[in-house]
Amino acid sequence: MRYLFFIAAVLAAGFLISSPYKLQLLTFIGINTLLALGLNMLMGYAGQISLGHAAFYGLGAYTSGILTAHYHWSPWLGLAAAVVLAVAAAFFIALPLLQLSGFYLGMGTLGFGMIMFVVFRQMSLTGGDSGLVGIPGLSIGPLSLDSPRNYLFFVWAVAIISIFLCERLINSRIGRALRAIHDSERAASSMGIDTGKLKVHIFVLSAMLAAVAGFLYAHLVSFISPSSFDFLVSVRMVTMVVIGGMASVWGSLLGAAVLTILPESLTVFSEYEMIVYGLVLIVIMILLPQGLFRGVLDIYERAGSKPGNASSRCQG
Amino acid sequence: MLSLRNFECRYGSVRAVKGINLEVASGELVALVGANGAGKSTLLQALCGFVPDWSGEISFEGSPLRCPINPSEIVKKGISLVPEGRALFPPLSVMENLELGAYVRYRRRDHRNIAEDLEFVLELFPILRQRTKQPAGTLSGGEQQMLAIARALMAKPALLLLDEPCTGLAPLLVLVILETLVQLRASGITILLVEQNARAALGICDRGYVIENGSIALEGSASALLADANVQHAYLGKECRL
Repeated sequence: MRYLFFIAAVLAAGFLISSPYKLQLLTFIGINTLLALGLNMLMGYAGQISLGHAAFYGLGAYTSGILTAHYHWSPWLGLAAAVVLAVAAAFFIALPLLQLSGFYLGMGTLGFGMIMFVVFRQMSLTGGDSGLVGIPGLSIGPLSLDSPRNYLFFVWAVAIISIFLCERLINSRIGRALRAIHDSERAASSMGIDTGKLKVHIFVLSAMLAAVAGFLYAHLVSFISPSSFDFLVSVRMVTMVVIGGMASVWGSLLGAAVLTILPESLTVFSEYEMIVYGLVLIVIMILLPQGLFRGVLDIYERAGSKPGNASSRCQG
Repeated sequence: MLSLRNFECRYGSVRAVKGINLEVASGELVALVGANGAGKSTLLQALCGFVPDWSGEISFEGSPLRCPINPSEIVKKGISLVPEGRALFPPLSVMENLELGAYVRYRRRDHRNIAEDLEFVLELFPILRQRTKQPAGTLSGGEQQMLAIARALMAKPALLLLDEPCTGLAPLLVLVILETLVQLRASGITILLVEQNARAALGICDRGYVIENGSIALEGSASALLADANVQHAYLGKECRL
């Protein structure tokens, strides 16, 4: 039901909005939703922080970008290569990194993000600081996705399918196991959960989603440069998760929307833009510490239970 | 079923358990009693893979356990621990905690039996049935202990290890927990109970071991231990003679 409503909303937005700028903004929200969703699986559910996820985003974008722009591969093969490479990188990096926890894991992933940023800047294949140009657009058979509207629908189709699959995963025994790990790794392992393996798996999954987002981004903008995948991008992904709501699949969507729209709508403040941006984020966190999704739901429920049926919230 | 030979555990240079021999036969309810710091919990922790530095021989159902023990493998072998302090997952609901207890069995697609066992533990602790949707952290102490035992049972263990299940509970609840253990033994589960409350533990057990400074000081049938003058003096106090 929620999905039908959601699909209808995307279709309505796609057909009613004609401004290419707004369509592209909505497309970016879709791409960022994928980023936030993947990170939320890792952070919100499994409780493992990553401050270097932009590396996988960049890996996805550059892999497909290089293969299509330099070697004229089909973008779909580029996507496959991007996913394979990101999965392999995530797997090898996760084995040593996920032995760490808390701040140390944060530092470790931060380091990985920095290394990948330097790789993007220094390699000749990536075009270095001046970036990689000439990344082709996408098409499915005869249907070109070049128009902003078609690309919007495509990105959101990927996002909705991803949300659906993640939600399925969360409501399965794996999802329970992830939340158990979040709570106490030791107690989780005495339930028979192979915590090390599961953490690696979820890290790989979240890297894969970031790589898909990178692919979508690269073929949308056709030009990528290292600054799109630097440390601040990793931090912004973490912020999306926290603002939207930890351990909330739909919160990822809200967090992505806020962090995409907010900077754009604040340009009226010109040089004070970043100050206002920071203030808005602080206010949201103070008023809705559970994140937007849970916070807004709570307000809604409180408003609903006020007239007459206040008892509905006071059970046992 | 479980046998330890010359079993030793270390924390760095400290020998917490020094050369223990211990047997638990199938269907038995065995108590391991001793004062704080005697090494009781360390022994259970080591069995469950949480103390990596141990030596000696452990065999469970005829096959040896090798060092290091992987905690998640132990459950699959049929050993479940009810840890000290319960170690529930407080934000997760009672039902989710129980489902996590059966984690290894979902993989074997054991769904129908899982449902039966869920029914069994909810019969055992009817109070939990009213609380299935409640976060585990909101339960009272006694209910949490019941949930911890129920969760361990959901793995359908052959051997149930309990680490101080009666600590911090009201006397009436201690009775409930102990009666439950007797009931479980009757249903065929082998139990190794670690307790400081020697009187309560020995009162329901077949055999007991008294552990002191990491070694077994006394062993024998529970009734013999309860009657032993040294045990009475050290663990049971004056009240016993009333």
